[in-house]
Amino acid sequence: MKTVSADTAKQRWERDILKPAVKKAPERAVPFTTISGRPIDPLYTSEDLADLEPARDLNNPGEFPYTRGIHPTGYRGRLWTMRQFAGFGAPEETNQRFKELLKAGGGGLSVAFDLPTLMGRDPDHELSLGEVGKCGVSIVSLADMERLFDGIDLATITTSMTINSPAPMIFAMYLAVAEKQGADWKKLSGTIQNDILKEFIAQKEFIFPPRQSMRLITDIFAFCATNVPKWNTISVSGYHIREAGSTAAQELAFTLRDGIEYVQYGIDAGLDVDAFAPQISFFFNSHSDFFEEIAKFRAARKIWADVMKNRFKAKNERSWKLRFHTQTAGVSLTAQQPYNNVVRTALQALAAVIGGTNSLHTNSLDEALALPTAEAATLALRTQQIIAHESGVPNTVDPLGGSFFVERLTLDMEREARQYFEIIDRMGGMVEAIEDGFPQKEIAEASYKFQQAVEARDKIIVGVNDFVQEDETPIPILYIDESTGERQMARLLELKQTRDNAEVRRVLDVLKETARGTGNTMDPLMDCVRAYATVGEMCDALREVWGEYEEVPLI
Amino acid sequence: MKIRVVIAKPGLDGHDRGAKVIARALRDAGMEVIYTGLRQTPEQIVGAALQEDADVIGMSILSGAHMHACPKVMALLKEKGLDDVLVLVGGIIPDVDIPKLQAIGVKGIFLPGSSMQQIVEFITANVRPRAEAI
Repeated sequence: MKTVSADTAKQRWERDILKPAVKKAPERAVPFTTISGRPIDPLYTSEDLADLEPARDLNNPGEFPYTRGIHPTGYRGRLWTMRQFAGFGAPEETNQRFKELLKAGGGGLSVAFDLPTLMGRDPDHELSLGEVGKCGVSIVSLADMERLFDGIDLATITTSMTINSPAPMIFAMYLAVAEKQGADWKKLSGTIQNDILKEFIAQKEFIFPPRQSMRLITDIFAFCATNVPKWNTISVSGYHIREAGSTAAQELAFTLRDGIEYVQYGIDAGLDVDAFAPQISFFFNSHSDFFEEIAKFRAARKIWADVMKNRFKAKNERSWKLRFHTQTAGVSLTAQQPYNNVVRTALQALAAVIGGTNSLHTNSLDEALALPTAEAATLALRTQQIIAHESGVPNTVDPLGGSFFVERLTLDMEREARQYFEIIDRMGGMVEAIEDGFPQKEIAEASYKFQQAVEARDKIIVGVNDFVQEDETPIPILYIDESTGERQMARLLELKQTRDNAEVRRVLDVLKETARGTGNTMDPLMDCVRAYATVGEMCDALREVWGEYEEVPLI
Repeated sequence: MKIRVVIAKPGLDGHDRGAKVIARALRDAGMEVIYTGLRQTPEQIVGAALQEDADVIGMSILSGAHMHACPKVMALLKEKGLDDVLVLVGGIIPDVDIPKLQAIGVKGIFLPGSSMQQIVEFITANVRPRAEAI
């Protein structure tokens, strides 16, 4: 016999309390959805968590599946690393900014390279004209890397380098500088982004075709496992996927699925999973929808722990722990009323901290207009220091753990990510999905929908589509002129006259030979770098052997 | 006859979110949109405009390379007798560069926060009149 179940407490509340109240005073006529378009209920109670098993889904900080954090002490042991991304102009200008940031209490360096460097082109290439030193620092050869880290002891700091296609070349230069300073490679610590999949998906700074690009990455995994064991060999990045317009769940799904692809390629290259997986780190965006972001970070840790333990059978607990860097959302910054960006950034940073980020970059208020001024960059760092030392948030681990709302969102995020995993697994993997344009199309669709929501004013951006202010006073911005281009071009000419060009040709030939075969490309690259071969020359050598990737443009 | 628009990304930058959103918005507004894809030289952009018989060229530039790319594109358009093509630039353009771009003939400059609707209206109001097809 069927029994009609009685109303639950939440249903009773909805019927007896909520409905009459709404009848009397209606809800605001806006869609109650997250910035990703996820519908949100008026209330969450324990009834929304019927599928949550605390021991399985949450456990405690420092315990599998690490939903509540990878460290038992949270930030009580050590605060997150305040790592401000910086780079512009010629290497000596960025060196100066680095020294200022370290003096202001920044905990680690983070290098932004200019577009020619990111694309493996020397300053004299046609496509480099007008771009040298504009979006980051220009690094042409080891000589520039020596200038960049002049007076900075690589043995005692940690450095993150946002470099992808030419990651092996730039990393080789860093190792060569460390060698010259007398630092032990085994003690060096830092990160190279080295995440090519998200370049194909979102940021589009690719050079070589996907499979050859993946080989460069597994070569670095193998090289570092032996020679630079503390180095984070890859920072699997959702940041750019989100900036390109994905939803929070897509960012989570595509990033972790990229991570799975790298681990699979490493294993297929003959590496033991526990020999390289602990050095994989992640990089997420912290956008404006506060709770959705916190749920995303918590879900990321949980899914990765499960993937590593159960899908890849990793045995080392360090392989299970997802460590991540966060940057606040550049795309959320507005050129209008730029001081509002300080508030946006503070909220996004707070979400990242509550989500348990291991390191954090806060954007500067002027970044919708230009690269940040020194004053704006300092204010961004101070924002983190205020959260760390005044808000009280770091006193306890995972402060929102157990929140009905946040736990529901965390479970929903996980479910959505796993649905994408299934689709991509069926396609044969992420490389195949990218070749089919799948993640690219999903992101383009989401970004267009968001823009339509903004224009329909379903989503309000303060100062842009509401609360607009005419006649704003412009703020001071950093203007980068063409002088860096001229200086770097002159230096390149001088370098080619003073170095041993026969030796450069010889080592570039060895690099090409290795690329044709199966040896580790890092070994010849170290020799190229020591001979002062340029980034453009090293990338051209590989272009000659592997060709270049050309995207089919889709709209 | 539909307004024909070439949307291009000059320079080395790969951030194509803006270019793609605008391309789609113009298409939805009834225009014929040709998206060139990434890393186009000024020669390629003008070549595409010529080949596609474009009424409008829209360039998306965020990297600071606008003072390099735009004068070249404008000079090439003049050289090819395409001076009546409406040229728009969208992206991150410092205030000091706006008069310089206007002086060389860039008609529309759209900064962050511009709406798709504004751009559609600007094109409709400023595009060259098309000779009626015979």
